[in-house]
Order: sequence, then structure tokens, then C-alpha cells
Amino acid sequence: MFRIIAERFRQKYRTVNYPRVDPALPARYLGVPRLRAVDCGSCTACARVCPSGAISPRPEGGPQLDMGRCLFCGACRDVCPQEAVSFSRDHRVAAFNRDDLLISPEKPFAGIGEPQRDFSLYARSLSLREVSAAGCNACEADTNVLGTLTYDLGRFGISFVASPRHADGLLVTGPVSRNMRAALLDTYAAIAEPKLVIAVGSCAVSGGLFQPSPECGDGVPARLPVDLFVPGCPPSPWSILDALLAVSGRRNKR
Amino acid sequence: MRFPYTRSINIAEVEELRGARWREETGALLDAGCRLLALFALPGGAPDDARRSLCSLLCNDEDGGLHLLRSEPLSGYASLTPQYPQAHLFERELHERSGVMPAGHPWFKPVRFNAPWSDTERRPGPAENDFFRVEGPEIHEVAVGPVHAGIIEPGHFRFQCLGETVLHLEICLGFQHRGAEDLFLSAAPRRRVALAECFAGDSSIAHATAYCTALERLAGVVAPPRARLIRRAALELERLANHIGDLGAIGGDTGFLPTSAWNGRIRGDVLNTTAVLCGNRFGRNLLCPGGVRQDLSADECADASARLQAAYRDARAAVDVMLASPSVRDRLEGVCAVSPETARSLGLVGMAARACGLPADVRFTHPLGPDPQEAAAPVVEHGGDVLARTLVRSRELDVSTRQVEADLKALAAEHPSPVQAELPDRLPPLHLAVGLVEGWRGEVCHLLMTDATGRPAFFKAVDPSFHNWQGVAMALRGQQISDFPLCNKSFNLSYCGFDL
Ligand code: SF4
Ligand code: SF4
Repeated sequence: MFRIIAERFRQKYRTVNYPRVDPALPARYLGVPRLRAVDCGSCTACARVCPSGAISPRPEGGPQLDMGRCLFCGACRDVCPQEAVSFSRDHRVAAFNRDDLLISPEKPFAGIGEPQRDFSLYARSLSLREVSAAGCNACEADTNVLGTLTYDLGRFGISFVASPRHADGLLVTGPVSRNMRAALLDTYAAIAEPKLVIAVGSCAVSGGLFQPSPECGDGVPARLPVDLFVPGCPPSPWSILDALLAVSGRRNKR
Repeated sequence: MRFPYTRSINIAEVEELRGARWREETGALLDAGCRLLALFALPGGAPDDARRSLCSLLCNDEDGGLHLLRSEPLSGYASLTPQYPQAHLFERELHERSGVMPAGHPWFKPVRFNAPWSDTERRPGPAENDFFRVEGPEIHEVAVGPVHAGIIEPGHFRFQCLGETVLHLEICLGFQHRGAEDLFLSAAPRRRVALAECFAGDSSIAHATAYCTALERLAGVVAPPRARLIRRAALELERLANHIGDLGAIGGDTGFLPTSAWNGRIRGDVLNTTAVLCGNRFGRNLLCPGGVRQDLSADECADASARLQAAYRDARAAVDVMLASPSVRDRLEGVCAVSPETARSLGLVGMAARACGLPADVRFTHPLGPDPQEAAAPVVEHGGDVLARTLVRSRELDVSTRQVEADLKALAAEHPSPVQAELPDRLPPLHLAVGLVEGWRGEVCHLLMTDATGRPAFFKAVDPSFHNWQGVAMALRGQQISDFPLCNKSFNLSYCGFDL
């Protein structure tokens, strides 16, 4: 017993005072992509290395990038001879509108935007049911981790619940395999109105890497109305937390 | 045909065994103690011909040799499973993928519910099939999943119970099937590493290493020493992160909440150490064919090393407090045990097998390179119960930490040198090579084969979960149904790694 208590003190207090304090992200972390207007000419170097088909060069005006398909791998940045692609260290990559994730030099990422409807209902309490629809367990892990001491999701009044009957909405990961379609739709149907859907990870947002597979497809938007998109493969837990705080109106307006 | 595991083999030189010989010789190798790594039908053959040339890939842990046996085109053969239970899922998969019939298979059901069941939009999905049923007045059945209470992947579990005692558990997976192997083959080469990293997201490094290694062996290229050290450090970090998370989860299911809370945080610290290497907590974007994408500076090595040391200290103390608690040990001991005989006959691999006293660890039998290792032998525990699986993890924390520290130290001390070997434009035609990597769950096996033009024409990935799920079902026989969550955590197998 004393040993446990002593160890408890040794392990210290570890919760990060987010969102007041910025999280410490590793030096090689890639946040919001930034595109520069350059003349691509006939160069297609970025598209030829992109594993997910997220970036397309344009002869005039520089590349276009779909953050909803992007894996944030940095390959395009590394090959572009004109340094048209760079990444900020901002982890706040989520958007309420899918269109806002389509960026170009003339339309940079403008932040999360406005929700499609009034979310003030969730200000004090937000309960979500998570469904992994063929997610690879990385998005799931980085969602689950929000329950640990570092993030302590509970202090924001946000929780993951076991039954869809107790949930305000769904958080879905994965590209929605054929074999998970029915279970996903059943779970959605079991949630009382009004309900919201959050798509986490490039798989869920757009089908991601698995989009071309006949067993998958275009992710959650092809099956359910999505209210919030969190890109990344997987998104940093801070990106997911930031998105959830946006729903409950606790996000710092910076 | 026997070949060294680091080499590729020319398929055209492998004899087509006639009649029943393919099955007999595969059986003889299994009798001699070899393990089945994969069973597959070679691509090709006329579309109106149901016969396919079958291959079995086996490995000999004594000398590290691999065996590839190939049959003449067949439409069926006598199932291996009645004699060799480790073939059980491989044969079901073989039929699902190729239509070849293993006659007399005792448990003949779909694995991933795709072709030839897949023609209609509303095909029967997983768990819409019949289950084995125990009948009797006191018998009841419990169905769990696919959607579970927590944030975990989907799978369906069907228990036949007499009171609290589980007589039989049938596990039905397939929900996570993404068509990953087919997609991998049809995808542009630049997508393949990224896809491999997502076969099982918590084993990104293991799967990426297996693919890159298979490709390099096919090309006759070896990754430079520095790249090998970075890969190994990342692989051991992956092991540490998952072991720490699992030890915490076992604490949670035992009701020992301090360690459950601490380890959740410490696991994240290890993932953040991986992110020092490549920016991503799961090690995405670290590897590329021929080596790794980015080198590490001495400062980055020092940063990673300092983070790891702090995380290790905290994890060691958190786990030791838990294992010193008599109530925890009592809860873990003797629960959901698998005997060494069962483990061997089911072909269990990795950590689950080592907990049954089997020294299964391809880091020692099939090392990825000539680099010396910190440990001299696999970490083995006896008992096969939840406690043994816990103790293997706990001891591997020490070994893996030592390995990562040594590798980071060597990387920091050495002068920078290339971290990528150049791959040739063309691969040798009709060759096959295998990448075997000891991921944190167990061995990940990737097999890559080229066609007559040297293009990849066949690919197969086997996650350790494919070998081990049946172990969970057997471990639960005769146990309390309330032991299931703890038992499941102690294996912590992958759903998407199985379903692909
Ligand atoms: S960072 Fe995104 S857009 Fe660039 S190559 Fe990677 S996936 Fe493609
Ligand atoms: S987005 Fe990436 S990390 Fe998330 S489920 Fe898909 S493959 Fe896995």
C-alpha cells in the first residue's frame, strides 16, 4: 500500500493544461500544409511520390492538396524543386466542412470554420460512441489515448460511452469496409436525434489509402452525414482533442 | 525446395510435385518440426480452369532455412488440418482466395467473407453464418460484437456456456477486411510502404520492415548498417510502447488502477520517442525500400535516448508495483492457460508462444542482419497463462530498452553514412523472397513474388494474429466467461492484421 502511494508521488502530476498551454510536438511533426504559388510547368514530382493521391500540380498557380486524403508524410515537400509545399507545426487540422480541407496557394487552410448547425447543446456534456469501421488501430489508439492522464478528456465533460443509446453521436475511424457497413449503420440508427458524426483519420474522411479497394470506398461521408472531419494518418491526439473541444465550444479562439 | 531465408528463390526451378506428393511432403516437413508460414495458390492459370498450383512455405527454426513446396495444378486435395491444426485457417483462406478445396477440412467456414461469397452487395457478412452450438437444458449462448463497449476494433465472439464456464468460444472475424493484399499488388509502388504500415496500425514498423526486407532480398540488396540500426530501434520502440500499454490494460482489467493509469501515459511517451525518429507516433514514414527515409543526428539520438530512459524508469516502477501485489498475481496466475503442446500444434507465434515455454522468436532464428544483439536468447516463461504473458512483456521491457539504447548510442557515435541503398530498376523475374520480422506480437511474414517480366505478381502478408487467434479460443475453454476480457487483453491480437 505504501509502495503504491510512494510510486504515485514519484509518477507525478502529468496532465497538460491544454488548450491553455500548447502541446510539445516532436521536431519532425508535420502540421497544417502550406502551399506556395509557383509555376509547376510540366513538373509532376509531388503527384508521383504521393502515396494517397492527395496532391495535384497545376501548370499555373502551384499545387492543390486535399488534406482529407493527405497522410502528412512529407514526401511531396521533399521532392518539390521549387519548395512549393511546407508544413506548419499547427496541430489544429480539423474542419467542419469537407471543402475547407481542399487547399491551394490561393485558398490556404483557414482553420476549423463554422459548424453546419448549432452545437451549443454539447457545451457541458458530450458523449460519443466510437466505431472502428476497418480502421487500422492507430486512429483508434490515438482516440483512446485521450482518456489517459496526459489529456484527461473527462475534465472537458467529454466521454466515450459503451452504448449508442447513451451517445450524442458517433466518432468513426476507418474507411468503412463492406463487412462493417451494416454494423456502422445500425449503431448510427440506435443513437437518438439530434446526433452528430465525427470522422477521424484520412481513411474515415475520404477512404484514404484504402479508397481504391473494392472492399472499402470513400470513407464515412459516403455512408453518413459527417459534421466534423479530422485528417491525419493517424491524426495526433492533440488534433482529435482540439476537434472535440470545438464541438463542445471549449476550444481557445486564438 | 529449401533456400536460405535471406535469399530469393527462382520459382521456375521449384519442382511441381505430382498427385498427393505436395500434401505428403508438406506433412513430412511439419512432422519434422517445421512451421507453416503461408499457404497460397500461385497466380495465373486459365480462367475456365479451376485447378491451381499450390505452394506451402515452411520454416525450420533450427537452421533458419525456408522450404517452398509447389504442387501441380490441383482443384482439391486432402485437408492437412485434421493432422496439423496449424493449417486450419490457412486452408480456409486458401479456399476463399483460390477456390481450391481442402477436402475433409473439419471447420470449413469463410475467413474474411469475400470471394467467392462476395458477388452481391448484400452478401452474407461475418457473424451471419452458423455457429457451433452446444445443446442442453443448462446451456446458454453469449454473443458479443462486432461493435464492442470500448474503443477497439470489431470482431464477433460466440460463447457456449454452462453457467459461468465457457465450453467453447468461436471467434468470427472479417469485419475489418479492406482487401489489403489485392490493393497492395495493384497499387503503384510508391503506395506500398504506406499500405504495409497500415496493415496493422500498432505494428507499422514490423509490417513496413517485413515488406522492405522482402523487396530488398528480391532485389539482392541489403539496407546499409545505419538504416538497419534505425529500423531496429524503431521496431523495439514499437514493442515497448505496446507492451507498456498492454501491461497497463492488464492492470486495468485486474482492477489495479494505478498502473493502468500510469502506463497509459508512459505508452504515449514511448510513442512520442518514435515520433522523434520520424514525426509520427506510430513510425509511419520512417522506412523506405533500401533503408530509411531520414538519418538521425547525434542530438536527435540523445533526445530519443533521454525520453526513453525516463519512460523506462517510470514503466519499470509502475509494472513492478503491480506485479508485487499479491491480489494481482492471484488474479493472473493459472487463468486461461495454453499448454505447450496446444501452442505447438496450433502454431502459435511470438510473445504468446514464448509464454508457453516455446522459444519462438525470429529475431534469433532469422535475424534481419549481422548486427549483434543485446540479448542472447528469447525471453521465455512457462505456464502459458495470463501471468506468463504478462511476465514475458515485463521482462522484454528491459531487453528492448537495452537494445534501443545501444542502437541509439551507436548511431550517435558513428559518422553519418548513407541510410538508403539503391534498388535496381528491375527485379529478377519469377523470383520469390520472404521478409520475416519479430513484431511485438510475433512474427510478421511478407512474401513477394515477381512475374516473368519482373513485376510483383503475388503478395502475401501474414500477421502474427493469424496464427494466434485460435489460441485465445483454446485458452478460454473451461474458464469463466468473466475471464474473457483479461484473457483477450493478455493476447491483444490484431483484428485488421488478421482481416487485412
Ligand atoms: S504529405 Fe500528403 S500530399 Fe504530400 S505526399 Fe504525403 S500524403 Fe501526399
Ligand atoms: S487513417 Fe491511417 S491511421 Fe487511421 S485508420 Fe486509416 S490507415 Fe489507420
